Amino acid sequence: MERMHVLVCAGTGCTSSLSAQVVEQIQSELVKLNLQTEVKVIKTGCFGLCQKGPIVAIHPDRVFYCHVTPADAAEIVAEHIYKGRPVKRLELTDIDEVTKEKIFNIDEIKFYAKQQRIALKNCGVINPEDIDEYIAMEGYMALGKALTTMTPQEVIDEVKKSGLRGRGGGGFPTGAKWQFAANQPKGQKYVICNADEGDPGAFMDRSILEGDPHVVLESMAIAGYAIGANHGYVYIRAEYPIAVERLEIALKQARELGLLGNNIFSSGFDFDIEIRLGAGAFVCGEETALIQSIEGKRGMPRPKPPFPAVSGVWGKPTIINNVETFANVAPILRKGSEWFASIGTEKSKGTKVFALGGKISNTGLVEVPMGTTLREVIYEIGGGCPDNKNFKAVQTGGPSGGCLTEADLDTGIDFDNLVALGSMMGSGGMIVLDEDNCMVDVARFYMDFIVDESCGKCSPCRIGTKRMLEMLTDICEGRGTAETLSELERLAHKVKDTSLCGLGQTASNPVLSTLRLFKSEYDAHVFDKKCPAHVCKNLLTYSIEAELCRKCGLCARNCPTSAITGVLGKEVYVIDPAKCIRCGACMTACRFGAVLRG
Amino acid sequence: MSKVHLKINGLNVEAEAGSTILEAAKAAGIRIPTLCYLKGVTASGACRVCTVEIKNVRSLGAACVYPVAENMEVFTHSQRAIDARRNTVELILSNHSKDCLSCIRNQNCELQALAQEVNVRDQAFAGEKTKPTYDDVAPGIVRDTTKCVLCGRCVETCKNVQGLGILDFQERGFKTSVGPVFNKSFSEVNCMQCGQCINVCPVGALCEKEEIHEVIQALNDPTKHVVVQTAPAVRASLGEEFGNPIGTRVTGKMVASLRRIGFDRVFDTNYAADLTIMEEGTEFLHRVAEKGTLPMITSCSPGWVRYLEFEYPDLIPNLSTCKSPHMMFGAILKSYYAKTKGIDPKDVVVVSIMPCIAKKSEKVREENKVNGLQDVDHVLTTRELGRLIKIYGIDFNNLPDEDYDHDMFGEYSGAGVIFGVTGGVMEAALRTVAVKLTGEELTDVNFYGVRGVEGVKEATLNLAGMEVKVAVAHSMSLAKPLLDEIRAGTSPYAFIEIMGCPGGCINGGGQSIVNASVRNALGVNFMKLRAKTLYDEDISMPHRQSHKNTQIQALYDNFLHEPCGHRSHELLHTHYTQKPRFK
Repeated sequence: MERMHVLVCAGTGCTSSLSAQVVEQIQSELVKLNLQTEVKVIKTGCFGLCQKGPIVAIHPDRVFYCHVTPADAAEIVAEHIYKGRPVKRLELTDIDEVTKEKIFNIDEIKFYAKQQRIALKNCGVINPEDIDEYIAMEGYMALGKALTTMTPQEVIDEVKKSGLRGRGGGGFPTGAKWQFAANQPKGQKYVICNADEGDPGAFMDRSILEGDPHVVLESMAIAGYAIGANHGYVYIRAEYPIAVERLEIALKQARELGLLGNNIFSSGFDFDIEIRLGAGAFVCGEETALIQSIEGKRGMPRPKPPFPAVSGVWGKPTIINNVETFANVAPILRKGSEWFASIGTEKSKGTKVFALGGKISNTGLVEVPMGTTLREVIYEIGGGCPDNKNFKAVQTGGPSGGCLTEADLDTGIDFDNLVALGSMMGSGGMIVLDEDNCMVDVARFYMDFIVDESCGKCSPCRIGTKRMLEMLTDICEGRGTAETLSELERLAHKVKDTSLCGLGQTASNPVLSTLRLFKSEYDAHVFDKKCPAHVCKNLLTYSIEAELCRKCGLCARNCPTSAITGVLGKEVYVIDPAKCIRCGACMTACRFGAVLRG
Repeated sequence: MSKVHLKINGLNVEAEAGSTILEAAKAAGIRIPTLCYLKGVTASGACRVCTVEIKNVRSLGAACVYPVAENMEVFTHSQRAIDARRNTVELILSNHSKDCLSCIRNQNCELQALAQEVNVRDQAFAGEKTKPTYDDVAPGIVRDTTKCVLCGRCVETCKNVQGLGILDFQERGFKTSVGPVFNKSFSEVNCMQCGQCINVCPVGALCEKEEIHEVIQALNDPTKHVVVQTAPAVRASLGEEFGNPIGTRVTGKMVASLRRIGFDRVFDTNYAADLTIMEEGTEFLHRVAEKGTLPMITSCSPGWVRYLEFEYPDLIPNLSTCKSPHMMFGAILKSYYAKTKGIDPKDVVVVSIMPCIAKKSEKVREENKVNGLQDVDHVLTTRELGRLIKIYGIDFNNLPDEDYDHDMFGEYSGAGVIFGVTGGVMEAALRTVAVKLTGEELTDVNFYGVRGVEGVKEATLNLAGMEVKVAVAHSMSLAKPLLDEIRAGTSPYAFIEIMGCPGGCINGGGQSIVNASVRNALGVNFMKLRAKTLYDEDISMPHRQSHKNTQIQALYDNFLHEPCGHRSHELLHTHYTQKPRFK
């Protein structure tokens, strides 16, 4: 039995910051000091505070280290593990708002204080590649309970009573979806886990699969039991190789212990799971396109009705649930629907995992009870906008969502509140924007993504989004007119109204949201030919403030188009706007702040 | 079938459970415009033209796929639906070629009709167009993606009807286009050139490679003796090019118009169909007697022959070595006819009017050449003939009925006529083979068992104490199981007729286009209507068996001497070679 555990984050983010090498280094340092039998190094899933990764946690001391490099391994082992002296410079700390002193106690760190980790319960705690650790954390107990003490209908009722709603973006009541499928005549049915997570900036599902793959497998088996299915698919995007590997290991270990396969827990219930990889199409996150892809066809959505619960993959009744939805199912079965329903708001029970990104101090993964306000998430947990910049908006729901502004920050997050405010929960992506973001450019960015990802099946999305992108590009490049604005809004409504699937139906949301909330920025681009946030290159002018110019010529030497003229030491340098390509190299080069951008 | 009660535009409508809003509306006399929908081919809700407002459903639903439900309320032409529909058509037009005036489907285009119906007046949404591909390399089919509306009808047709799937969507989003794999030319892949894709295309994205210009040049060349022959199926469809209802037989007017256009001789391919029966019947009897390769399969459908050479080259020995009728005719014209008339074969130009696209590819086959000459020089589809007639200002519908030239080759039997429909070649062959085998005349020359435009047909005959099983397939999806049986050595048949197109030549890739609004209403009935014209002509003929054709008898007496003899093999038979599926 070891006396100390060293947990190192092995999620994709920290791995790309060399956390795997951190693990190797710590191991080798331990061997040097002959500590390898007393101290165990464990690779875990995501701790959530990705901004500060790679993260190393020492237990039982409950000391968290951040920004750990392989070179720090020696010091951590020698000083903390061997001599018992934590390495202060690496410790994750917070500042007490009143005393302004450093806080070292992990339980008092603001980032974690308001979180409640249900879906992420085991992430950062267990080794995801060891089924024994999952079992030690009450893993597979829920499946056992369901198979040996409950009927399928009782399982569905429990999920219904919990109030669990889909976490993939639709927010559809999970229990109701399972009931539809269960009501279909007995026969071949399927359970699908949608792990295609395509929203830019979203990594909730990835982290759950990397950090706690078994919870998904266990919950899929529970779902299969509930609806009468013996076969499951995890459809996971190929861009998540670590998650795929962890799933494959988990499947193998679960099968070895008879927790998947035939006659699980001697109940007579068979269930096994197959992994299917995506091939780089955002649209395959749409459930019917996902089904097409599993069937080996081109990933184009099918009209609904019929819904997958009635006719899904291979034409059979199928339930498709998001990774995070499944991550909540086992806990609900284990701890009871009442417990789950006691968390959150009246119509949105439980917690939600958010991927905080953009202009935010604490980029990372957070899980909060529904009803937590946006202000709490962005400021208390997220640490607000860095560099003293002013908050402008927060974009939720990825390319399908809309923006929320300062005025909305005290709203409690839940499905219906966000829709009422003109956005949506989406899968959990939360991108914070500050004064340096151009909202027209943000809308254009999302439309560009949509145009690239549209499957091309239906005319409104295939052609309409392209036309909207052309209009947004015209606006950003100074060619927009009043007619462009009115055409853009009109077309946005039409595309929303006539598209075949959710991708097209929500493609207009960022445009419509920013048009409504930031009309003045659009107007500035169109009528003044100016970008207030100084982002849209075509609308910028770079100039040199004569009084500040030291005639050093640094700017001219760095200009790629020779647009700056002057005489070294003698004459003030001047930028020729006709040749200037607005790259900003002169502004970066000038040491005297003489280059202005407007 | 249980009924569902719903409201459409405020009207109470009763519909079959499981039907769609489109079907229910039609039954109630409400027309919802569609574009991609083609009954039995595509029902994908892709184009979004047929979108309608449904109470309590957030976005508009596609009527062609949305199932009716009890108490549903639908508004097909509310302001919201009308605006959305026009907007969708405007978007489609913004990414569409504007060359309507010079397009082959000018005035016969479903998109033109649709734009008119929803009252498009502006050139809305000017912007980039999808990168174009223009492929006119293959002899039969031309693909122009600037006109494609991505309806998917051709994709489904090639996949389901022929089991080939030559065409599919590639790339995604705005860059999506429809074409062969890697956007190769039709000439580089295993395309049968059957042209079924053209028949279902609502616009001019797929069309035949026209030879009208070359034919006019030949007609104007005083040194050329231009002979035209007409396939049986053409008379069953040509009338539609002039507004006549489907199923109008126009044999007499067709001949009259060809004469007025100025062809030196107007003959009927049916004459050569009788010739084919003599050759093929004899070939079959030889194989039976000498235990040759059986089952023998007909070879008059060049699309089918292409398919075999790509997909089942191991079954080449099963194919009859007979050329197709029009090719046989061309060979006779450039030898026996030219010699008799004292014309240099090089100055004989043979033009075939065909319901077929694949024949444009067949005429250039190296394997068919005789003395370095093509048997047939130009193939015009039924549609091209329609255009040629208009070019020459001929008032088709008011023409008198005229008869073919009887100079050496005018006679044909009813057996020759029915070549144009699936089962026809088999029936024609049986009418002669049965007599040859039994030595007795037939009391009834009708073989109803091999008729019908749907499904595989088979018949078992007792001839001279032998049980002879025959089968008839049309389209490759129906033929494939029969071919797999032959490959496995388990085929029970002695003789199989295979035609490349579903329904046979009456539904060939060169026939009059039947637009969706008509086809959705008629279903396979349009084929039955055309087939009936041929069976009607068959009954009206003085002779209904190929071997009774006196001019055919004369041809053998004076020139060929005997079926499958030396001269026949030189002129009227061919061979086949495996072709690579992918270049």
